Amino acid sequence: MPTYNPELYRKEKHWKEGEFDVYRNAHWSGPGCHEGCGLLWYVKDGKVDHIEGDPNDAFNRGRLCMRCLNMVDEGINNTEQRLKRPLKRVGKRGENKWEEISWDEAYSIIEEHVHDAWDTVGPLSIIVMEGTGRNVCWQVPLLGFSAFRTPQFSCGFLSGDSCYLPRCSSSVLIMGGPAVVDCGQFSQERYDHPEYEYPEVILSWGSNSLVSNKEALLGHWFIDCARNGGTKFLNVDTRVTWLSAHSEAYLQPRPGTDGALAMAMLNVIISEDLYDHEFVEKWCFGFDDLRECVKDWTPERAGEIAGCDPEDIKMIARIYATAKTAAFDWGVATDQNVNGMAQTHAFMIMEAITGNVDVPGGNYLAGGAFGVNAMCACGLDQFISKDLQDQRIGLDKYPMHQYGMVPTVVPDLLLEQIETGEPYPIKMLYMAGTNPIACMGAEAPRVVEALQKVPFVVIADLWMTPTAVAAADLVLPVAMSCERNSYREWYQPSRAMTKLTQYGECKSDEQILADLSIRLNGENVPWTNEKEMLEWVLAKDNAPITWEDLSKNPDGAWAFPGYRRYETGKLRGDGKPGFNTPTGLIELRSTMMEAMGYHDLPYFQEPPESPVTRPDLFEEYPLVCTSGKRHDEFFHSEHRNMPTMREFRPNPEVDIHPNDAEKYGIKHGDWVWIENHRGRCKQTANVTPTIKEGVVCADHGWWFPENDPAELYNVFDVNINNLTTQGVFGEAGYGAPYRTILCKVYKCTSENSKVTPNQIIVESLKK
Amino acid sequence: MSKMGLFINYEYCTGCHACEVACKKHLNLEKGQFGMHVLQDGPRLLPDGKKWEYTYLPYPSHLCDMCADRTKEGRLPTCAHHCQGGVIEYGPLEELVKLAAEQPHSVIYALQ
Repeated sequence: MPTYNPELYRKEKHWKEGEFDVYRNAHWSGPGCHEGCGLLWYVKDGKVDHIEGDPNDAFNRGRLCMRCLNMVDEGINNTEQRLKRPLKRVGKRGENKWEEISWDEAYSIIEEHVHDAWDTVGPLSIIVMEGTGRNVCWQVPLLGFSAFRTPQFSCGFLSGDSCYLPRCSSSVLIMGGPAVVDCGQFSQERYDHPEYEYPEVILSWGSNSLVSNKEALLGHWFIDCARNGGTKFLNVDTRVTWLSAHSEAYLQPRPGTDGALAMAMLNVIISEDLYDHEFVEKWCFGFDDLRECVKDWTPERAGEIAGCDPEDIKMIARIYATAKTAAFDWGVATDQNVNGMAQTHAFMIMEAITGNVDVPGGNYLAGGAFGVNAMCACGLDQFISKDLQDQRIGLDKYPMHQYGMVPTVVPDLLLEQIETGEPYPIKMLYMAGTNPIACMGAEAPRVVEALQKVPFVVIADLWMTPTAVAAADLVLPVAMSCERNSYREWYQPSRAMTKLTQYGECKSDEQILADLSIRLNGENVPWTNEKEMLEWVLAKDNAPITWEDLSKNPDGAWAFPGYRRYETGKLRGDGKPGFNTPTGLIELRSTMMEAMGYHDLPYFQEPPESPVTRPDLFEEYPLVCTSGKRHDEFFHSEHRNMPTMREFRPNPEVDIHPNDAEKYGIKHGDWVWIENHRGRCKQTANVTPTIKEGVVCADHGWWFPENDPAELYNVFDVNINNLTTQGVFGEAGYGAPYRTILCKVYKCTSENSKVTPNQIIVESLKK
Repeated sequence: MSKMGLFINYEYCTGCHACEVACKKHLNLEKGQFGMHVLQDGPRLLPDGKKWEYTYLPYPSHLCDMCADRTKEGRLPTCAHHCQGGVIEYGPLEELVKLAAEQPHSVIYALQ
């Protein structure tokens, strides 16, 4: 059978093929995702002609998704829409009037404002913000630390830091770090590594991994496991997805009740004696307390709360617990819930007491090849004094932001501070790769209004966005992957991405960081150019390899540290066996959570707005609204400007059950208003039996690049974050109720659409 | 020489559209046109009230030439190269029949 031809798909970094220079290089920038797949770039006359998936890349092994396959003509070479030169605002904010300026001028403007902020209020008045984890995720914080001398880093008005951060922080406390589904991705041999075993089952919980491809986990590895290793699936999701339809058993809980289900599964596993006694005795802390805490959580009780059959709860718990190897797959849905940290605590306990942590085919404690901090704390300790670090917004109230994995400010309190100017005004925002008013900014109308109060806003992005039009004073054109020298160590491998082409006057976030840090803080930064800065990122953590070496190695550098490291001492700094927690054990009862005064054992809390907690609201808003489901066509608010992606998915969709659709007189494809007491937006009805009755699931991230920029591309007509909140989150400061709000849904008519949410906001901004 | 065809194990096609876009880009197809086209059955609840039919079936339309220029160079058809689930195989029909015998819920397309 023909397979990938080794004569055409070579292993070196670069070769010539006819008229093309061919390069092996990973892609990790917008437009794109978290993954960093290996691509073959066919370059001619300094321009990318076409790409293919790199069959020799151990991460993606030749495959690519529809977005990457569409990236060349509608992304990289999209001359109509890409930003080419820095733009300075000349009209009012929102008018979309710009003047092209040089980089030198742009940098001078930034310098002037940074000095003004330093001199009048101090470095704390400068905030840097980034979007989701791509090659802004160490670059933007390091820009803040090294150039602007500020520790204030945040994620684009993401209420409750509700993505990745809650579960990572929780993981650090409970078991010393996040443990992810083991698809062999920590060794270059992958499934062929002699110690590797396929999971017997993968339990996906609120995580549609085949589509979401969350942090450094390529969803279709699950298909590899099923096809080659006989892996079976289990699923918990309020929607029936392809994955749940192909599962041995699945549950469809009411959004936000997952915590109750997890408690019940623990109850089944313990009361039916399905747990791993040896592992619990040797490596877990607090089992007796756990047993006590889940003893009343019968499947019947949880089933009643979640709207699930108790027998299915038992079945999933039993299959998971009795499998030889079981992997637990969870993601952002757990973060977007005030009960999220407790849920993830329960999930980790399930992994632990069944002996599935750090074993082949279980959940592997994930780390980078060389332990290089190439995430949000990159450079924090080197450039920011402890005293200044402690002054980050919200740390005094939410100490977990100090102990968690990611040194963000508390975003909801930042928003309040921007609004009130207390205790000091925010003078400058620098945002890169983030488009909050179209994407993750909860209570988005409030966010856009708050942005007007910040005197100086810089946005670095690939193209104009609603947020840039609404708020930016300066827009910087950013390079895409193939146009930049970069570095990634998000688990394995540790890899350099190298610059192959140049577009317009675009610069990489790395180049901007190097330039601005030298201009603003040259006496204190240990680099004199971008390459030296990249070398510093590796050298600061004593990586045994240089960026220069990595740049010649298209495979990336791998360093698999083996399984069951709790036995070998490789999980702890002191080299002793055990986990990297205060007790050295997996903390079923968390000593750190106890010390901070939070729940030290998992617990269930109803969402703040649910049929149970707010029957008064429920009367008027009788549907539970969740959102944020992923589509293959888009990555968050990206790709709406790409005709091929819009061919497959032209409009935002809200899933609604046929019975609910009938009740409210809605037909498939109708535009409908989704409304609650905070606001409304419209999307098209996807009438489908796959959504739980009584629940609707809206899209996020929508705007219409084809519409008028001065009307903010109609972003507020379709933004589900017109309905969400700021300032409501879990006890530790993490987890906002993005996915658990109430709403009503009704068909759009000309009568009820005379004044749209977008018109109201655009008009109010003009004032 | 044997006639070549495409084998598809649709049990594991997740409907991700990668084959469709790879094909559209390779053949430079306008909106609404497809070489490889993913057809869909369901999602519909089966009579037992619990299990679902939720099946995708990639189907090569009459525009599909099995990437004649790519295969001449020794490459795979772009759909087979890029399929995220690895469910598409290109090969001689008699070899594909053997694959089908081992993989239930699969189809072979004869295109020559």
